[in-house]
Order: sequence, then structure tokens, then C-alpha cells
Amino acid sequence: MKTVELNTPLDQDKLAELEAGDKVFLSGEIYTARDAAHKRLVALLEEGKELPFDLKGAVIYYVGPAPARPGQVMNSAGPTTSYRMDVFTPLLLRSGLRGTIGKGPRSQEVRDAMVKHGGVYFAAVGGAAAGIASSVKEAEIIAYEDLGPEAIRRLVVERMPLFVVNDTKGNDLFEEGVKKYRRDD
Amino acid sequence: MREIDVAQVTGAVKELCINTNIYLPDDVKQALRDALEKEESPLGREILQVILDNHGIAEGEKMPICQDTGAAIVFLEVGQEVHFTGGALEEAVNEGVRQGYSEAYLRKSMVGDPVIQRKNTGDNTPAIIYTRIVPGDRVKIVFAPKGGGAENMSEVRMMTAAHGIEGVKDFVVERVRKSGGNPCPPIVVGVGIGGSFERCAMLAKEALMRPIGEPNPDPVFDEVEKDILRRVNNLGIGPQGLGGRTTALAVHMKTVPCHIASMPVAVNIQCHASRHGEKII
Repeated sequence: MKTVELNTPLDQDKLAELEAGDKVFLSGEIYTARDAAHKRLVALLEEGKELPFDLKGAVIYYVGPAPARPGQVMNSAGPTTSYRMDVFTPLLLRSGLRGTIGKGPRSQEVRDAMVKHGGVYFAAVGGAAAGIASSVKEAEIIAYEDLGPEAIRRLVVERMPLFVVNDTKGNDLFEEGVKKYRRDD
Repeated sequence: MREIDVAQVTGAVKELCINTNIYLPDDVKQALRDALEKEESPLGREILQVILDNHGIAEGEKMPICQDTGAAIVFLEVGQEVHFTGGALEEAVNEGVRQGYSEAYLRKSMVGDPVIQRKNTGDNTPAIIYTRIVPGDRVKIVFAPKGGGAENMSEVRMMTAAHGIEGVKDFVVERVRKSGGNPCPPIVVGVGIGGSFERCAMLAKEALMRPIGEPNPDPVFDEVEKDILRRVNNLGIGPQGLGGRTTALAVHMKTVPCHIASMPVAVNIQCHASRHGEKII
């Protein structure tokens, strides 16, 4: 377990050094997307069309923030549950995506795709949404404004606190953690 | 007969929308502090501390505790001596939700057509309203913003007498195990038994409104709750599912009579941001 300062776009060599359980402070541009936006992104990829942002080395944060108040960069913005995006994620990883941020475990298909393409899944603390907002320094909607909270936003984050859940070697912090603290009845 | 202008209902609902999303009930905060004392996992303790710190930030900055400010669940207990004036009761509740979610910059999380178009309604309406007529001349409004992540982990099962109480316990523990880190543990587990298919689900949600630490009024079910809680915390899921001894803060059960052929059981899962509040007019 180590603490790592990480910047986007993600560097393949730096990602390979990460291990499940590491604490990461992430800085740079990231993109928000949840269910509805994923559906549209994957449809674009399947039609061979261009996406609203460059996937190469990109990080997607599964979040639908509360609307910002006047003068506020970001209102509460914690992670949503990741499994709902599992069906879309392998194609995105194949197309260049390297990091995802959410809460809860991923499917075996997503985990296999992360090993294959060198991707990493990070957990942010779900429900700690007001605190997470303070690491967001810039935010703008870049696509799908009609989706409201589900629109795609470009965020600039500074030292966003995360935990590595799935590393590029196939380790899974959920499995390891639960095994360690499980007791027989 | 007591006349109540529905504008009072709108005002009360609006205030509840705002306050429940910013301020967590004291019993929930205390349960999380107790969990921090007892948690064995260092990562689990770190996560619990982040969660507790977040409460302070939300209160200080008047920001919602969680960005998922929920579907607006509203329980109305209307005294039968009450006569509402000034408009329709349900529209008054929805207007309160509309005003509260807009003015406090809370997230609007409802889609109109739930399957095909899934277009956001833009104001977090319609609220999900349950009304009971009770004796008296007052109106009690219980408001609970319910996040989607934990709600998705809930389940209704039509069990039978043969399953018995051990079958119920196994079902609840299994539901929590399958939920893993998805519903933002440490969770509160609401269990409803009896009634019918829809009634047991209502009971499970009502059970979540009971303050943590308040025992079940039935000593037999109080023991059952404790046993399920012990088993659930032995699963090792822990804070956020990353391992630890605190998977649930509490298990709350509610029971009602049911048909001789049936034993409906519902498990409603609540995230650690167990938000609810009430107001009496």
C-alpha cells in the first residue's frame, strides 16, 4: 500500500505500478458520465463516429452532480454505483479509456478488460459528496446537456482522493478486503 | 373539523426536502461514530472518518450530504378531522418538492417515462406519496429522500410458512451479501414481513424510519434483528464494501398479519446517509 500522485491523461507505465489498496491523489482533466451518457457514447463508437472527448488515457468519473449554486464551481459530487456501466466499459477500455471512478465492484468482463488493456478502477467514497466537491476546480458541460445531471462534464480536479480497487494485474480490493474481515457464524 | 390550507403542506415539504438533504439525523451520526470506534479495518476506519467529515462539510457549506438527493418519498398521516383547502393535497406536496429541490440546488433525479424515453422531469417530481387516514385533526409529514444505489439492492420474496424465521434470516443476510459494496455500506436494513406483495415492501421502508438504537417494540423480533445484524457484520463487507466489520448500522423489522398461504418478505436497503425527517401541522 502506497500513496501516489497521479495525473491525467494517464500514463501506461505509471498505471502499471499501481496496486489494489493504494491511495491515489488524482489531478487533471476527467470526464463525467453515467448510464444515459454511456449508452450514447457506445452507440457513437459502434457507428464509428467521433466522441465528444478524447478517450486516449482518459478517466471517466461515474457521477451526476447536484447543480452548482451561483458562484460555486461544483456542488456535491460523489460516485454512483459502477456495475450499471459494466456492460459499456469493455468497449470503452478497448477504445483508449484507462481509468474509471465509482463505487461498488465491477463485473468479471470489466476486470478482464482492465488487465488486457492496462486499465485501473478507482473507488471514491460514496456519500462523501460535499467533501469530494472541493477537489473540483473547473467544471463545464461538454455534451448531452439535455440529460441534466447525466450530461457529460469536463472537470479539472486537484488531488482528488481515491483508492485503487482493480489494478492492471487483476487484483481486486473488494475481494481481498471482504476475505480478510469475514467471520464464520 | 380543522381547516388546513394546502400551502402549509407545500411549505413543510419544501423545508423537509432541504433540511433532510443537508442535516443527517443525530442517531445516524452517532451510529457512524460508534462504528468508527469499533471498526477493525484501517481502511474501513479511514472511510468512516471521511463520511463523518462530510457531514460537517455539508452542514457548514449548506450542501447536500450526497449528490443523490433521492426520490422524494413522502408519508402522510392525515387526521380524519382535517379538511384541506386551497387546492389538491398531492399537488401541494409536489409543489413543495419542486420548490425545495430548486431553491436548495438539490439534484433532480426523476425520469418521466421510466423505460423508453427516460427524460428527466426537471424538478424531482412526482413525489412518491403514501397517505393514511388516522384519528385526530393533525397532519404528519414524514419525508425521506431515497438514493437509487441502495434502493436498487432491495428485494421482495414471496416466502411460505415452511421457511420460518430462519428462512427469513437467511434471505436477509443473503440479500446483504449480494449487495456487497453497491449500496454504500455501512447500510441500514429495513425488513417487512406479512401483509401482501406490496404491503411488505411498504413495511420495509417504514422500518427504515425508526431511529437507530431504538429497540423493536416486540422483544422476539428485537432478538431476530440483533441476530441478523451480527450475521450481516460477519460477512466482512465493511465500509464501502472494501472490507471491515461494519457492514450494517442496524436491522429494523416491521410485521403485520398475512394470509395463511403466504409469508411475504421485503428487504429495503438504505445507504449510510439515512436521511429522513418529519413535521406535524
